[in-house]
Amino acid sequence: MHELSIAMGIVKIARQELKKSGAHKILRIDLDIGKLAGIEFEALDFVWPMAVKDTVLETAERRVNKIEGKATCLECDTEFAVKQVYDPCPECNSYLKGIIQGKELRVQALEVE
Amino acid sequence: MCGTCGCGGDENNIILLGKEHHHHDHHHHDHHHHDHHHENGHEHHHDHHHGNGHTHEHDHHQHDHKQKVIAVEQDVLQHNELMAARNRGYFEGRNILALNLVSSPGSGKTSLLERTLTDKKDDFSFYVIEGDQQSLNDANRIAAHDIPVVQINTGKGCHLESDMIYRAVKKLDPDQNSILFIENVGNLVCPAMFNLGETDRIVIISTTEGVDKPIKYPDMFLTSRVCIINKTDLLPYLGIDLNELKENALKVNPSLEFIEVSATTGEGMDQWYEWLEKKMKATPEIK
Repeated sequence: MHELSIAMGIVKIARQELKKSGAHKILRIDLDIGKLAGIEFEALDFVWPMAVKDTVLETAERRVNKIEGKATCLECDTEFAVKQVYDPCPECNSYLKGIIQGKELRVQALEVE
Repeated sequence: MCGTCGCGGDENNIILLGKEHHHHDHHHHDHHHHDHHHENGHEHHHDHHHGNGHTHEHDHHQHDHKQKVIAVEQDVLQHNELMAARNRGYFEGRNILALNLVSSPGSGKTSLLERTLTDKKDDFSFYVIEGDQQSLNDANRIAAHDIPVVQINTGKGCHLESDMIYRAVKKLDPDQNSILFIENVGNLVCPAMFNLGETDRIVIISTTEGVDKPIKYPDMFLTSRVCIINKTDLLPYLGIDLNELKENALKVNPSLEFIEVSATTGEGMDQWYEWLEKKMKATPEIK
């Protein structure tokens, strides 16, 4: 359940950014999370209320932009969609690939007032 | 004078109007609140008698809420990555081979370590960091071999993070040209995401665990350099096909190296020790 550490990390970033902005309230937080980032979305939903309780994010709306996995084959250069990190290249069946998208785990933006 | 509505300034925000104590609070954030505190218990009339003759419109929609969006674009794991980079610099500066040992609980990480320390403590200078949710059991097992060891209890935490390693390494103060084993919490999922600044990550799987484990828990195999297959002494009693296990692991990580050992009998341990020697001789990589 590393999602709890992740959620607490998000709260920490939100707190710092709110302080820097001089605003007093966070209305919404936008997260970018790749489908290959190692985050179980249901587990994050589960721990979220506990992680944000009594914090700057307690009443904030959470929007998650889920990013699809994508890789480039290192053998034939084909770019292809990746559901699992062990998906082979659809053209040449090689498992040698560079993941180019889907590992994101970041706080994209905050809406404050 | 208030810049928003022009009513009383700082000195006169308590205005005496007849017998009515009119406490006029200004909250000049973005909402404009006009709070009225009546302390003398009289009936509250919503007529305002302002001595200076202007009226207040109590329509909040007229006020500007000043909502704005801040572009943050910060990685959630950034702090962990920064501390990991700090650890890596420390390890490289002292030429320490730092190995992060990860596996399911019960794969034999501590037994493998004990065997390694017993067999090779005259050849290498070893240090150990033990990560477990609770207890000093593993650290006690290591300390029995006269090896400096620090136990980290993560409590409810399911993995080690780089700042814990930073603090533990400061306590250990390992010598130059030594080997530091970091035994992570027994868990094939969570530790995968947390870079500790290690030189290499080593995943240990035992022959009793099933051939599809690399597919079920791919992240750990993806991020490891070496896969140690432990408990090979039990192979005659198990119907496991090691080639199938390796094929699955190679689908996840085509450059994974395998070392087959039995920490109990010592079989295959020489190959592991050769790997350690080779790594110690190699110039530390700049990552």
